[in-house]
Amino acid sequence: MEPVVELRDVSKAFGPVQALSNVSLRLVPGQVNCLAGENGAGKSTLIRVLTGALRRDSGTYEIDGQPVTTPTPAHMRTAGIQAVYQELSLLPHLSVEENLFMGRLPARKGIIARTRLRSHARKALDEVGLTDISPATIVERLPAATRQLVEIAKVLTADSVKVIVFDEPTTALTEAESERLLQHIRRLRERDIAMLYVTHRLEEMFEIGDWVTVLRDGGLSEEGPISNYDEDRLITAMVGREISSLYPETHRHAGTPALRVRGLRRFENSPAIDLHVGSGEILGIGGLLGSGRSGLLLSIFGASPIVAGEVEVAGKSVKPSGPRTMMSAGVGLLTEDRKVLGLLPQLSIRENVTIASLRAGSRRGLLPGREQVEEADRLLDSLRLRAGSYAQPVSTLSGGNQQKVLLARWLLTKPKVLMFDEPTKGIDVGAKGELYTIIGDLAAKGLGIIVVSSYLPELLGLADRILVLRDGAVAGELPGSATEEDVLHLASGTAGAETPPTREPTVAPGVTPPTQEE
Amino acid sequence: MPKLIWREPIETTTIVNRPPGGAEPGLATVPKAREAPEQPAEPRRRVVTLGDIAGRESGGLVVLLVAVGALTLASDEFLTANNLANLARQVAIFGIIAVGELLVILTAGIDLSVGSVLGLTGATTAQLLVAGMPILPSILLGVGIGTALGIVNGLLVTRALLPPFIATLGMLGIARGMVLLSTDAQTIQGVPESFQAIANGTVLGIPNLLIIALAVTAVMWFVLTRTVFGRYIYAVGSNPESARLAGVPVRLVTVSVYMISGMLAGLGGVLLASRLGAGIPTAGTGFELSAIAACVIGGASLFGAKGSAIGAFTGALIMGVLNNGGNLLAINAFYLQIAIGVLILVAVGFDQLNTRRSATSGG
Repeated sequence: MEPVVELRDVSKAFGPVQALSNVSLRLVPGQVNCLAGENGAGKSTLIRVLTGALRRDSGTYEIDGQPVTTPTPAHMRTAGIQAVYQELSLLPHLSVEENLFMGRLPARKGIIARTRLRSHARKALDEVGLTDISPATIVERLPAATRQLVEIAKVLTADSVKVIVFDEPTTALTEAESERLLQHIRRLRERDIAMLYVTHRLEEMFEIGDWVTVLRDGGLSEEGPISNYDEDRLITAMVGREISSLYPETHRHAGTPALRVRGLRRFENSPAIDLHVGSGEILGIGGLLGSGRSGLLLSIFGASPIVAGEVEVAGKSVKPSGPRTMMSAGVGLLTEDRKVLGLLPQLSIRENVTIASLRAGSRRGLLPGREQVEEADRLLDSLRLRAGSYAQPVSTLSGGNQQKVLLARWLLTKPKVLMFDEPTKGIDVGAKGELYTIIGDLAAKGLGIIVVSSYLPELLGLADRILVLRDGAVAGELPGSATEEDVLHLASGTAGAETPPTREPTVAPGVTPPTQEE
Repeated sequence: MPKLIWREPIETTTIVNRPPGGAEPGLATVPKAREAPEQPAEPRRRVVTLGDIAGRESGGLVVLLVAVGALTLASDEFLTANNLANLARQVAIFGIIAVGELLVILTAGIDLSVGSVLGLTGATTAQLLVAGMPILPSILLGVGIGTALGIVNGLLVTRALLPPFIATLGMLGIARGMVLLSTDAQTIQGVPESFQAIANGTVLGIPNLLIIALAVTAVMWFVLTRTVFGRYIYAVGSNPESARLAGVPVRLVTVSVYMISGMLAGLGGVLLASRLGAGIPTAGTGFELSAIAACVIGGASLFGAKGSAIGAFTGALIMGVLNNGGNLLAINAFYLQIAIGVLILVAVGFDQLNTRRSATSGG
């Protein structure tokens, strides 16, 4: 079939850094082309060239056989190249209808034609199956998945839709929500729209893709029909070498209890939670989005108030009254959202690492001496942080390296227990493997580790034991050898789980409970 | 054993902050120094720039030096002891307030009340002195009022969760209203000679005011660069939630910076009353905007976490030198206002340009 868009030998450099070199891309109507590659492989640059946000240095760009000479974003949109971004581009305080037609609101003499807007919006929403959403709803009241669909509806209202680029559309979605989104993409495929799909979730590529284009270090690694690939071959193509085992070995012995939580209740009437993790043990916590996993970690860390409960760290009872108390007791928390709840973007890598240990190393309020900085540097070296200099702002690092900086921050406080909330979210495959190894090493050194993850292979690969939460309560505990189905059954409360649910499921299977966490 | 995943070293690009107008390009490619962490890192070869030594205020320093150089050439009177002492007196109070304002700006807040608080504390101190209270208690009380109002600002921001702009805008009105009420809008005269000597005296020919201002700047420089509290201020300004989860007492730090800003405004008020030998109820009107301008010219970012005490004082000096030079050259004062406005835009414009350059080369 004739491609609707064809890029040939496209190159782009930023100063001395060659972001893309001689990359070719063909988008065929009715086909989903998955763009794979590690972070920094050039995926974003390629997308920005495609959508006109960046100008290519060399190479050709053709739409329907017509060469594109000076692409601008507006130009490319008119030509039918649309994009749905991972960071939602909707204006949160405006209504759905206003968002759908922002920039081209139907109006007469500058006054918005409300009824026309309403009916246009209704039609656009129906098209993506959002028949139950009123066009007047304010966007920020919608759950993330619905917003993603509104975004797609917005793209479809364009006059010409030949190509849709999806840039990590499922990052913020749960499994069920992702499934719904993929259904819509299948429907778009039937409408003969060409799609470019970017995701970190390999299994999604196999589910939705027809073709895969793999980038590595700015160049085209390989491409072909997805049926020619399996997960191992795809990873090999992405990282350029074979990965024998992503996860560390799991022959660990739980030592003395490092952390014990009894009867923890986050709200009045919320169920009490008990959990414990031994030193040298990795406890996994699974559950659907909104099942209270992140909230539980925040409560144990003292960052979120609790109504009742006891926390013991290494046998000593601690009241989780605030992050400072729990830090001094020996607990560390790597939060899910690094940007919002972890990094101090303007500060340097070193300053980010030492911030939690300043008080412990300080005398009379002065900054700790050289020794602490050297210790921080040694930690960063041992974590193999890749940076030009440890004095550069932390915001210049990639996701995986930022996570290492936060890890170093907590290791410097010499914790007994480390809690990871979605440790590899937004991190590429190569760095993921490194992080898993590090987490395994830390457990081997005798730390008690808790890992919360929505990514089931990761949860099962890392954990010695898995605690599954549902609606803020412990739904059951599984051994590390459990299967993904076991976890899902417990998490969604459907029948077939080996451990019978402790109480009646209040949520219909596949439906996400109301979100309690950000 | 799990296989370790390792990628070939990639070249990274770092942006070196250079003074505006620097001829060299701001891009330097630093090759990966360590391939294997076991090996000691090779010493990196690099060119030391003004930006390395003076940091973000280097642009301000260049502007200051150029302005001083130009004025020295243009006016015979500029580089005389008499004029410099005058300049120092004009700038000192301003610098003190700017440094206090800087702390608040570093936490991504803003303190609009410093001008009014200065007016209130100056007039109140003068009233107390006229009423016969000894000098030291009057001064302490004056500074104490500023400190207390600063704490109120801090509590409004951290406890009542008001935006800093609103909380201190309210305080701006309240403090000014209080001083106008208590003085009946009349100038308070008749403060003792010995009190006036504080701001008008000299030590070894250097005006006391300049010594106090430099001391305040030095202390704040030390606090910001060498103490845990100082580092916490930058952390709060960078991302308060991240800072809280890293064990930083965010509320305490926030209240403290407003308190210090109020305290320094109080000190400024006392010194102004001493310099003028009177308590003027309308003193300090508009100072808050000048203090913010001084911080911004000196490299501070209103989004927080960027700026330094030396930068803020330099910013105040630049504005003082421009005013002083304008007077000497008999330039219409209205032109000077335009010049300072342009300077603010240029300072921030260059900063934006730098940020954007690093953003595009990072992608």
